[in-house]
Amino acid sequence: MRWAKTSTKIQEADMTPMIDMVFQLIAFFMVVINFSEADQNQRVHLPSSELAKPPDAPAESPITINVISEEVAIIGAQEVPIAGLTRLLTLEHQVLVRKGEGKAREATIIIRADGSTEHGVVQQVIQICQQVGFEKFALRAKQQELVTTRLTDT
Amino acid sequence: MRIRNAAQSEETSGLQMTSMIDVVFLLLVFFLLTFKIVAPEGDFNVKMPAQAAARGTPDPSAIPPIKVRITATPTGRIASIRFADVSVPNLADLRKRIRGVVGDAPGPGTLESTEVEFDCDYNLRYEYVIQAITAVSGYIEGGRVIKLVEKIKFTPPRKPD
Repeated sequence: MRWAKTSTKIQEADMTPMIDMVFQLIAFFMVVINFSEADQNQRVHLPSSELAKPPDAPAESPITINVISEEVAIIGAQEVPIAGLTRLLTLEHQVLVRKGEGKAREATIIIRADGSTEHGVVQQVIQICQQVGFEKFALRAKQQELVTTRLTDT
Repeated sequence: MRIRNAAQSEETSGLQMTSMIDVVFLLLVFFLLTFKIVAPEGDFNVKMPAQAAARGTPDPSAIPPIKVRITATPTGRIASIRFADVSVPNLADLRKRIRGVVGDAPGPGTLESTEVEFDCDYNLRYEYVIQAITAVSGYIEGGRVIKLVEKIKFTPPRKPD
């Protein structure tokens, strides 16, 4: 008799504040989570700029090219040599052309290049995209206030 | 017998929270593990149709772009900056000159029509190019972004010697 009583008391411990807190935490993490990270390759150390504000609207049919080094770029999850970009981009271009008129011309190539790569490599990537038929490019940079001071100091 | 009956009725009276809390904790753990603070990223837009197409439709009314030539040291740092054939000591000075050309006057004017063409050495490091683009595309004054040049393009790559 006594044993049964104590066990029911333990079961009735008040869970409400804990559940409240846990739901608050879940709501916070849900709001903060960023699924667009899928395109952000961690091997690329972007250059920083104080004017690089996140765009108001997402770019139209974006294709992200991560330029990791002088030889290697990553599209999607695929690692390709810079020279081999033409074939992949031609395929992408054809898909966009088939989707509709003007789609290919409106497509934005987002270039995430490592800060220490040579500018010529980025230019080569742009040139390849131009030859395939893309016109709009977005050079991605990390948002940072640091550059202001560096610019005025020098 | 009577005791067991009493205990059963007490168990069913309370809401079964256990399974919900299990799921909620799983969700919490998932979000905790995927949580990562990433610096926000922004874009510089460059509109550059292929050279051949640009040559096919020459626009006589178009103002030729301002040429900015940046040479690099062997290590990839900025060696010299030339702004339309005038030597410029640093990027802050380049911004001053761009401000002089574009003018800070509000309203439509030279802002939309001015175009800057970057001619950089092949081995110049990309971060300096982004710094140069930052210098010509605007500045921050009192927490407000003031835009200078929005049209930016590059010359075709110079092959390394």
